[in-house]
Amino acid sequence: MGALQGLALLLLAQSAGELLVRALRLPLPGPVLGLGLVLALLAWAPTRRLVAAPVEAAADGLLAHLSLLFVPLGVGVIAHLGLLGGHALALALVVLVSTLAGLVVTGLVLQALWPERPEPVEATP
Amino acid sequence: MSSFVELWLYLSATPLFGLTATLVVYVAAHGVYTRLGQAPWANPVLWSVLVLALLLLGTGTPYEAYFSGAQFIHVLLGPAVVALAWPLWQRRAELRSRPVALAAAALAGGGAAVAVAVGLGWALGLPVPLLASLAPKGSTAPVAMGVAGTLGGEPALAAVFAVLTGLVGAVLAKPVLDALKLRRPEVRGFALGTAAHGIGAARAWQVHPAAGAYAALGLSLQVLLAALLLPLLLPPLLRLL
Repeated sequence: MGALQGLALLLLAQSAGELLVRALRLPLPGPVLGLGLVLALLAWAPTRRLVAAPVEAAADGLLAHLSLLFVPLGVGVIAHLGLLGGHALALALVVLVSTLAGLVVTGLVLQALWPERPEPVEATP
Repeated sequence: MSSFVELWLYLSATPLFGLTATLVVYVAAHGVYTRLGQAPWANPVLWSVLVLALLLLGTGTPYEAYFSGAQFIHVLLGPAVVALAWPLWQRRAELRSRPVALAAAALAGGGAAVAVAVGLGWALGLPVPLLASLAPKGSTAPVAMGVAGTLGGEPALAAVFAVLTGLVGAVLAKPVLDALKLRRPEVRGFALGTAAHGIGAARAWQVHPAAGAYAALGLSLQVLLAALLLPLLLPPLLRLL
């Protein structure tokens, strides 16, 4: 039941986010504002007691299967291949190089600013 | 034979088909991935997408018919983004203890990805609407679609680029981070979540719990940065191109 309540809460927060974004013409996606609303509910002690457990249950379920949620969009890649037109090769190169740049820069900057303590090394992604 | 074709036409036109096919193929792909010791190249999203796309092409099923069922999985991406509030809230102490390192890495890494995408795309002669669709690709598909829309890009394309980015990151993170000798799961997870959003975070989560938590943190920060900064910073730049 906790997970269902949590899902209802997440959907309510997303809906509130979508409505606020449209009403106030904010340059934000609705789910991001919904994320902020849930953070606010968790940060305020009186609401935290009500929402923490259901949000945890729903978040655990949703985030554990996060990769499944991308599959329908991924299949849409095939449907939208025509939109890429003559730029397919350039786009592939851009996606590959920019993603590698993001990985390398994030990893090196964090490593440099967060000095290592000697720790046993386990399996890594 | 003709009755089989009729049955197929009936089944593939109902929402049941897209939903069932997505779940069955994903469960199978995830099973293989687990069997293979979670090898990066066996990524379950990658193989599910390839198998389902071949299934649609092979049977001549239009994407719209498939999506009428698959949308029930797809709509959960919205609440999944909202659900990132939870890992962020859980890790608030760590966020507070090293806010500068994490914020600097998120800004530098996310900024490098956007700058390289827009800069290289421009150098290769891509038109501005494509650049606007590429810019938010590191911020997870539903957010990328919203941000690309406000930038004058094409939301459907932004979703495609976001998924491809996630797959590239999830598959290549291990060799790249190994080559850089970045061994700590926190650093590796944060880099995965920053560069490859939900698909990278899912990969990190499967391999190491601390990596997963930091990937969720990196992903949430990218979502916030992309949603808040790109609509402010990018339109002036795109107008110059």
